Amino acid sequence: MIKIENLCKTYEVGGEIVKALDYATLQIDDGEFVSIIGPSGSGKSTLMNMIGCLDVADEGAYYLDGAAIEEYSDDQLAGIRNDKIGFVFQNFNLLSKLTAWENVELPLIYQRVAKKEREDRVSDALEQVKLLERKSHKPMELSGGQQQRVAIARALVTNPSIILADEPTGNLDTKTGEEIMELFHALHAKGNTIVLITHDEHVADQAERKIRILDGKVQEVEL
Amino acid sequence: MILQSVKMAVDSIFSNKLRSFLTMLGMIIGVVSLVVLVSIVNGATSDVTDSIASMGTNYLMVQVQDDKGNPLTLSEVQALTEKDSVWETAPYAQGNGTIKYERNSESVTLYGTTGAYYDIRGLSLARGRFLKNTDVNQNTFVAVINATAAEELFGRTNVTGETLSIDGYHFTVIGVLEEEESAVGNVSERLEAYIPYTVLSKINGRSRRVESFYVSSEDENSMDLVESEITAYLYERLSGDEDAFSVINSSTIMETMSSVTNTMKWMLGGIAAISLLVGGIGIMNIMLVSVTERTREIGIRKAIGARKQTILIQFLIEALLVSIIGCLIGLLLSVLIVFMINHIGDSVSASLSGDVVMIAVGFSMLIGVVFGIYPAYKAADMRPIEALRYTN
Ligand SMILES: Nc1ncnc2c1ncn2[C@@H]1O[C@H](COP(=O)(O)OP(=O)(O)OP(=O)(O)O)[C@@H](O)[C@H]1O
Ligand SMILES: [Mg+2]
Repeated sequence: MIKIENLCKTYEVGGEIVKALDYATLQIDDGEFVSIIGPSGSGKSTLMNMIGCLDVADEGAYYLDGAAIEEYSDDQLAGIRNDKIGFVFQNFNLLSKLTAWENVELPLIYQRVAKKEREDRVSDALEQVKLLERKSHKPMELSGGQQQRVAIARALVTNPSIILADEPTGNLDTKTGEEIMELFHALHAKGNTIVLITHDEHVADQAERKIRILDGKVQEVEL
Repeated sequence: MILQSVKMAVDSIFSNKLRSFLTMLGMIIGVVSLVVLVSIVNGATSDVTDSIASMGTNYLMVQVQDDKGNPLTLSEVQALTEKDSVWETAPYAQGNGTIKYERNSESVTLYGTTGAYYDIRGLSLARGRFLKNTDVNQNTFVAVINATAAEELFGRTNVTGETLSIDGYHFTVIGVLEEEESAVGNVSERLEAYIPYTVLSKINGRSRRVESFYVSSEDENSMDLVESEITAYLYERLSGDEDAFSVINSSTIMETMSSVTNTMKWMLGGIAAISLLVGGIGIMNIMLVSVTERTREIGIRKAIGARKQTILIQFLIEALLVSIIGCLIGLLLSVLIVFMINHIGDSVSASLSGDVVMIAVGFSMLIGVVFGIYPAYKAADMRPIEALRYTN
């Protein structure tokens, strides 16, 4: 369960203060499919970085499954990201020197999963995104949609409770975007918590709950 | 995990071959200079110690600088053998002369000595015999010449019984020494003739006083005893003036020699170690560039769960691998160069020792770690969010 209370994050660039998060408060329960929508620069990615334990707030509190995140060390946070969270980034963020298979395998290596089990789970994950036959391709040799599917496979291979997706369809055409959305629906059906960030109303409407963010301020929108 | 890191390090080294090679070059040059220089000093050391050892190590060289108007006589020196620890004594004097046989005339180094000289200095004969005490006592005009002298004068070495002249006096050749290797490895080119001590005194028109002589001991263990006995004797004999004479132990020469070559080894090794250090700085430089270039990669790895230590080890292994591969290439080259020195150069020899190889490997690894740790730490300490935002 994600519980955020009065989170603030301000950036100062060239003497000008930008409030990327302005006393944001929200709660996401286990198994929910939530979309966060807002215009460019409204603070969506900043919020996702907080939820994903990649960044810490200036003010406010964040409880993940009841535990206060501020109290963890860097390495403990790395462990939490490894075990509980699967990231799907706007720009894929795959390692260009590794093959699709190796990219998906990496989080399992960091979890110290044994080789045999790793093989089963990687091939399972690639199967789910229908890319098993492309396993030896490097990111450069894959289309945008395929790269995003590899990224999704990497996010789900550890079977995390939360999948965070930052504009997963932003760089893709409508049809490919729909295929990706189907994957998220399937993951949701399996019980994963899905947090989907988008600026596309049509995509946001597919979620169970819609949270709107504007100038760092969060407001709930009932569907 | 380590295996994965090694694989990734190998990948990253090979994905940038030219740069990796240039980085290694510093290590390669460092290792080659370390190993080759130390091997050359080792070679020189063993040449020198061999030739000193072949001169024998259980004798003293005694020199009288100031006889206080009461010179040491031949019989006094010969009487020293009555001391228990003393085995033999051989007075000697050196001079230069002209040696002639038929039309051949050469300059020669003359040694006036007694029969014991042969044993003490560990000479060996090719033909005939060495001087005997009767030759000395009866002032016989006999000479033992070295192989070079025989070759130069006669063109052959079976010349015992021949007569030649030294400074106008006629001598009968009674023996020819074996060809001798000098310290530098080539045959001695000096002409030498050994004649009875008394005869040399006569030719030079000097009395039978002795200014320098060799003393040998029963064995190497009694060297110290002999040294103290002879020193005590001379101290008394020369009215208590310890500056009037000097007693040099042949093993002291050896020690001095080896301390000189040791110093040289450390000096050259030190210079080479500095060049290894420079190689290490090269590694650090490239690793820092590599860390910056791969900021995004580090960010992704951290985002999906890599701990600090994992990133640290990955970059450390990469630095270590570069230094180890550089070291191995350097060792290979060194072996080749040492081999070439031994087969092409005739006045230099080199000997590769396991020690220096171990030191080179150990030092390279140390440098890999020392200069790799800072870039690796920098990579490990990156904040994931900033690393992810980084664009090249
Ligand atoms: N590292 C940073 N330094 C300075 N300002 C920042 C930084 N990161 C974000 N900001 C600012 O914070 C605000 C929110 O940024 P954020 O990336 O969260 O927007 P976003 O909603 O994800 O936008 P987009 O839809 O374009 O991705 C922006 O005004 C941005 O300029
Ligand atoms: Mg964004």
